Amino acid sequence: MPTLNHLRLLEAESIHILREVASECQRPVLLYSIGKDSSVLVRLCQKAFYPGPIPFPLLHIDTSYKFREMIKFRDQFTASIGVKLIVHTNRAALDDGATPYAWGTQRCCGALKTQALLDGLRAGAYDAAIGGARRDEERSRAKERVFSFRDSRGQWNPRNQRPELWSLYNSRIEPGEHLRVFPLSNWTELDVWQYIHAEKIPIVPLYFAKVRQMLVTGDSLIPVEQPFVTMGPGQELKWVKCRMRSLGCSPCTGAIYSDADTVPKIIEELFGMRRSERQNRIIDHDTDGSMELKKQEGYF
Amino acid sequence: MASPLLIPDSAEQLLIAEDRKELLRFTTAGSVDDGKSTLIGRLLYDSKNVYLDQLESVTKASEGRNAGPIDFSLLTDGLRAEREQGITIDVAYRYFSTPKRKFIIADTPGHEQFTRNMVTGASTAELAIVLVDARKGLLPQSRRHAFISALLGIKRIVIAVNKMDLVGYSEEVFRQVELDFGKFLAQFEDLQPYFLPISALLGDNVVARSEQMPWFTGRSLFEHLESVPATDRAAGAPFRFPVQRVIRPDLDYRGYAGQIASGSLRPGDRVVVLPSGRASRIKSIVTFDGEKAEAQSPESVTLLLEDEIDIARGDLIARAGETIEVARSIEATLVWMSEEPLDLRKRYRLKHNTRLEWAEVKKLHHRININTLEHEPAHRLEMNEIGFIHLEVPRALYFDPYKRNRTTGAFVLIDPFSNSTVAAGMIAGVAKPAFEERASLRPVRIEERAARLKHRGAIVQLGSREGLADRLERSLFDRGFTVVRFRQWAPEWKQALLDAGLLVVVNDSALPACAIETAGSRVDFDESAALPANEVAAAQLIGDALEKAGVFVADPELAESEGI
Repeated sequence: MPTLNHLRLLEAESIHILREVASECQRPVLLYSIGKDSSVLVRLCQKAFYPGPIPFPLLHIDTSYKFREMIKFRDQFTASIGVKLIVHTNRAALDDGATPYAWGTQRCCGALKTQALLDGLRAGAYDAAIGGARRDEERSRAKERVFSFRDSRGQWNPRNQRPELWSLYNSRIEPGEHLRVFPLSNWTELDVWQYIHAEKIPIVPLYFAKVRQMLVTGDSLIPVEQPFVTMGPGQELKWVKCRMRSLGCSPCTGAIYSDADTVPKIIEELFGMRRSERQNRIIDHDTDGSMELKKQEGYF
Repeated sequence: MASPLLIPDSAEQLLIAEDRKELLRFTTAGSVDDGKSTLIGRLLYDSKNVYLDQLESVTKASEGRNAGPIDFSLLTDGLRAEREQGITIDVAYRYFSTPKRKFIIADTPGHEQFTRNMVTGASTAELAIVLVDARKGLLPQSRRHAFISALLGIKRIVIAVNKMDLVGYSEEVFRQVELDFGKFLAQFEDLQPYFLPISALLGDNVVARSEQMPWFTGRSLFEHLESVPATDRAAGAPFRFPVQRVIRPDLDYRGYAGQIASGSLRPGDRVVVLPSGRASRIKSIVTFDGEKAEAQSPESVTLLLEDEIDIARGDLIARAGETIEVARSIEATLVWMSEEPLDLRKRYRLKHNTRLEWAEVKKLHHRININTLEHEPAHRLEMNEIGFIHLEVPRALYFDPYKRNRTTGAFVLIDPFSNSTVAAGMIAGVAKPAFEERASLRPVRIEERAARLKHRGAIVQLGSREGLADRLERSLFDRGFTVVRFRQWAPEWKQALLDAGLLVVVNDSALPACAIETAGSRVDFDESAALPANEVAAAQLIGDALEKAGVFVADPELAESEGI
């Protein structure tokens, strides 16, 4: 028999993880971010439980600042595969005027993402939140467990993680506590793209290069979708051929100049590219080690 | 430095290469100053797997530290506390790839108190890199790392003698380490060591072969990692399939989902299901992408069987005719990972394959000193200690010894109160009968016997009435009592038999008197109250007398249900 290539090995491991969560946890939920990693995760779920349905709902934490194309894709995609979608938004913070401009990125993320996620998990009494985070994304994630324990306040304690050996995952928790489960832990950005290519997985069109209107300052390309994103000093509004390397909220996700309008071209671009994918995420650079701090507080 | 790596120049070329790309998982172990983080940073950097912004962020942080222009260790020391203290405190996973292979590194800290991390990192690895500081030679910690790698079943081990630049690239220094370490490693079966001299800081023999050490003609670390077999999985390994989940989209469909732990199978293969022992055949191997003609470890698939068998999560499907160990009592090597020491009076949760069972560690045979590898008598097992134990579970485990199968031979223990994972176990085999170990030193009391036998001891003497003795023996026996018959009698036996709680029927014509004797009473059937000549009436009379003497113990369950 031919040996399995690395994508098939990663796939087998992820399916095993998904079946473990579904079998050992009472109320799992899949955190669906609409991004490419979420698309891969949903495909792996379809594979894990085939020919049965995905035995848990999808939860989207909607900050209300996501790209319109993302929301459209979300609604079409989830309807087409017949899965239950739950959307949770921190309405109170939005009513108080939460925007990255008025509140600053840290406080805005804290309210619309971290707090909204914890509230959304509590509202559904979920004991396991399955997410598409990968260990190669950011330095502090390199030490994250596949089954990662969160205390009753939803917080992560990196100095007191449960040892995780072989493929024997510990899913035991007390009421009020929960688990974050990361089936894509061992995937890299390149693996994700190769899998999308091999499996023909649908993704949001924003990932593909197209001429779009952007606020341009040097290398930085900021999309203009929200009314509060206005031209600052030194910025100009231009039509440029660009794409999104990762998807977040439109005011805080920069685009990159690109001609890559197919998955193979994106992979080719990635190979020549020497910047990591989170580099266009404005929120990660607040302070050195800021992702670790956010994660301790409960951020995804 | 020139890199031997080929970067494909088109997406098509890249995607073709991807189809053949294998995955190799390895672990690195070294002590605080061995330069392990530097080596990994170097691997990532020289294989062009570091992004510019990550490099800028560590170059920024390198200022003020003493490790050359770029501190490679900053690429890997992820947590703030680690960057501040300059140490690595937890297992970190790193990824890099070449056109031939994708690599997953489990980067583990090397301090003694972090044995648990090393064990964790080694549990999923096929290869281990052990770093030795060329200036210091073979230290106890290097031996520890090699021992733990071997214990966790890793067969390929790279001994990287680092900091060769600081010993003038001396061949003599390298050969001495090779000699010393080689002797030590010889005691582990099947271990395949590869020695190589490197400088992680300067890159010698990491990716490219060093020009400084022409006397070394072996492969560079990179070449070695790209060329060793990526897996030990033997093609002929027995088929093992722990059932994770039963998939039932409708009432007529029962698919058994799981990941193949070892071996391979095809539709039509005869299988047996444990623990029921029921046999069937594979009807089909189902996946989202269609049915498969063959599946192999470690694929995740769903199996349909020809016959309707009751199968649940935790069951195991094996190939018919292949043996597997089945036992409630096992012996295992246990690595303790919790600050709270092992408690022999406590029950733990055991996770083995897809099963969760209660488990008791019955005995700690000995502790293994990880510096000398000697077996030491021990009454405790504390954090980072390794012991050899006897463990029991209420329902039998089906397993292979860890040496033969790293999936079906492994388990973890979970504390039922804190829910944390407290130990990693590697099954050695079925425990030898531990008769004397299980025996309590308390004498067996009369009440304990009575509770089990449902009666107390009594001796019924019937003189020469053999027919009556036959009738009585039969009726007591049929009522479920433990009755013995003596045709010759010696009075000195009486006490021992009463203590043993037996019902004794004696008909010795040399002793004509008829009587019933128990521990606290004696009834004589003499001239004043002779036994009737009619055997049925006589047996009835004896039965009543035994009842009256309190010989029969009421069934406690029966007593409860009747409200007594």
